[in-house]
Amino acid sequence: MGAEFVALSLPPLLIGILAAVTCALPGNFLLLRRQALIGDAISHVVLPGIVVAFLLTGTIATLPMMLGAAGAALLAVILIEVVRRTARIEAGAAMGVVFTSLFAAGVLLLEQSDTSAVHLDVEHALYGNLESLIWLDATGWGSLVDPVALAGLPPELPRMAMALLIVGLALRLMWRPLAMATFDEGFAATLGLPVRAIGLGLVMLAALAAVAAFDAVGSIIVIAMFICPPASARMMTDRLGAQVGWSIAFAILSAVLGYVAAGYGPLWLGFDNSVSAAGMIATVSGLILGVTMLAGPRRHPAGLARQG
Amino acid sequence: MIWQALTLQLGYNATLVALGATLLGIAAGVTGSFLFLRKRALVSDAVSHATLPGIGLAFIVMVALGGDGRFLPGLLLGAALSSGVGLLLIAWMMRHTRLSEDAAIGAVLSVFFGAGIVLLTVIQSMNAGRQAGLDTVLLGSTAGMLQSDALVIAAGGAVVLLLVLLLRRPMLAVGFDPDYAAVSGTNVGRIDLAMMGLVMAVTVLGITTVGLILIVALLIIPPVAARLWTDHALRMVALAGVIGGLSAYVGAAVSATAPALPTGPIIVLSSFVLFALSLTLAPARGGLALIRRQMRFRRRVHRRQGLLALAVGQTIHEPFTLALLRREGLARADGVPTDAGRAAAAKALLDEARWAALRADPAQGLTASRYDALTRIETVLTQDQIAELDRQLPKPKGVS
Repeated sequence: MGAEFVALSLPPLLIGILAAVTCALPGNFLLLRRQALIGDAISHVVLPGIVVAFLLTGTIATLPMMLGAAGAALLAVILIEVVRRTARIEAGAAMGVVFTSLFAAGVLLLEQSDTSAVHLDVEHALYGNLESLIWLDATGWGSLVDPVALAGLPPELPRMAMALLIVGLALRLMWRPLAMATFDEGFAATLGLPVRAIGLGLVMLAALAAVAAFDAVGSIIVIAMFICPPASARMMTDRLGAQVGWSIAFAILSAVLGYVAAGYGPLWLGFDNSVSAAGMIATVSGLILGVTMLAGPRRHPAGLARQG
Repeated sequence: MIWQALTLQLGYNATLVALGATLLGIAAGVTGSFLFLRKRALVSDAVSHATLPGIGLAFIVMVALGGDGRFLPGLLLGAALSSGVGLLLIAWMMRHTRLSEDAAIGAVLSVFFGAGIVLLTVIQSMNAGRQAGLDTVLLGSTAGMLQSDALVIAAGGAVVLLLVLLLRRPMLAVGFDPDYAAVSGTNVGRIDLAMMGLVMAVTVLGITTVGLILIVALLIIPPVAARLWTDHALRMVALAGVIGGLSAYVGAAVSATAPALPTGPIIVLSSFVLFALSLTLAPARGGLALIRRQMRFRRRVHRRQGLLALAVGQTIHEPFTLALLRREGLARADGVPTDAGRAAAAKALLDEARWAALRADPAQGLTASRYDALTRIETVLTQDQIAELDRQLPKPKGVS
């Protein structure tokens, strides 16, 4: 059990947890700024970015993929702004125009180009392949301190850890200005804070989280983790710090429960095959949100807080 | 090949599919317009993603009952049921919790889609051979579409169009001003529900053609493109229908020509091309019109400031201003004003002086607030008022 768990389940579980937390962190601020759907848009436009990067370089190496995806995210943010201002329409519609078109372009490029030699297709982009991220070199818990075996870890694990570190550090550094700009943009602007740059910075952080997680677990987890754990946390508390804490806890819980339910649940029920872990993690995060919406202490709309 | 496809010469089946898609596109553009006016365009994203678990469940149920899991009306029924549940959840979340609409949309979208993916993998494991075909609901495909499927889509599109025609007045009223619509006796909740029902119908019908990830594009892009051309609501709705129908028609026809041309993305990109054209060319709101307006404004500012400079005998160094005045014959290349230039400069100076007098008078605050250093005073005051103003002016000095 031990050796098998370390080799087959530990890496995907860890990657799932890291991805969930990395996305939930910026998700808190996106939620409070009513930009929750930016995460949705970004996770769609990552696909054309990755495809273009692949077509230009011919490989699926990490760096070009990351750059391509980040470039696509930036392009999408700019395009949304251009469409919104030129056409003078609401942000939601502008977002809808841009991300669906870019996603369609990505799918078309993918179908047109020969990607059969590499692991790059639409299904993979949507729900990733968490289960395949296994650690063949592991022989047991002892492998965790064995440098030779550690070198064989799936590369997504250190990459995801790195992304979490960057996102966490960046949020820690811009915490106060970001919090101010989030709750009262006008006040923050009168204090001389660069509110637009802060907003763009947050979106870029979200893009970084999305790109890193997308590669490992697919876009469906990315969208779910941007929104569900922060939304659940919102039902629990009125304080920003506590909300972020709760959201991390909910993200970890979703990843663990979802992974276990997907990997072992069907076996317990008597089926032979496991189900999609990415889909299950998203589902569990939704169930958690459902519970907090029914029972969370701070679930009510602002005006109804004391009516029970 | 593409030409043949566009002129419907690829055979009976392809023609039927293209016509079905066109009707769907028209229905999507028209329905999406009301959603866009209601400022709830992205709700359709949640509606479309929320269909997936219903499709999966319908497939499982139909197979369990011993039928063919790919029976289209059954799948569509399942899709409609689960996206209906998703819609009700969004409404419930917005009313009973503190989450805003975007968070509710995102939560429903991602969780339902995740659950749908889980069900798809369940289907994969329970009956590997028969699952082929369910994948197409994600991105759409007309390649394997049956005649009966095309007829279902065409008939559904026609019904949606008919319903929109019947409900257009109350839906417009609610879209523009829900509060006013409510006090004038419209049941806003019910109209919203009907609108969402229509959106759901379009989404469900579009799943097989455009795919559930991209059908939202057909609901959003044509209305936005149409909005650029007109300020008249019903004209916009009609135009959105035309744009949607055209995109769907071109998409379905082009994708029939080659296997590597998936229908959904081609339809979406066709509509995006129409949108991009609208964004550039539309007369009042388009990018080119915007640039032209800005250039004209820039010319007016430079001309005015140049004339004022001439009036007080200053030298103009700014090349654009100088070129502008030269082109109009108001100044020579060395910056010396011509006779016409002197006259125009004197007039600009007088205008400026009149404005100054007007703005000095506290009683004229409202009129004076229209001062922008460009508007001629004749456009805001009558001749009598100007004459009155002139009496307060100091004696005009000649322009040197």
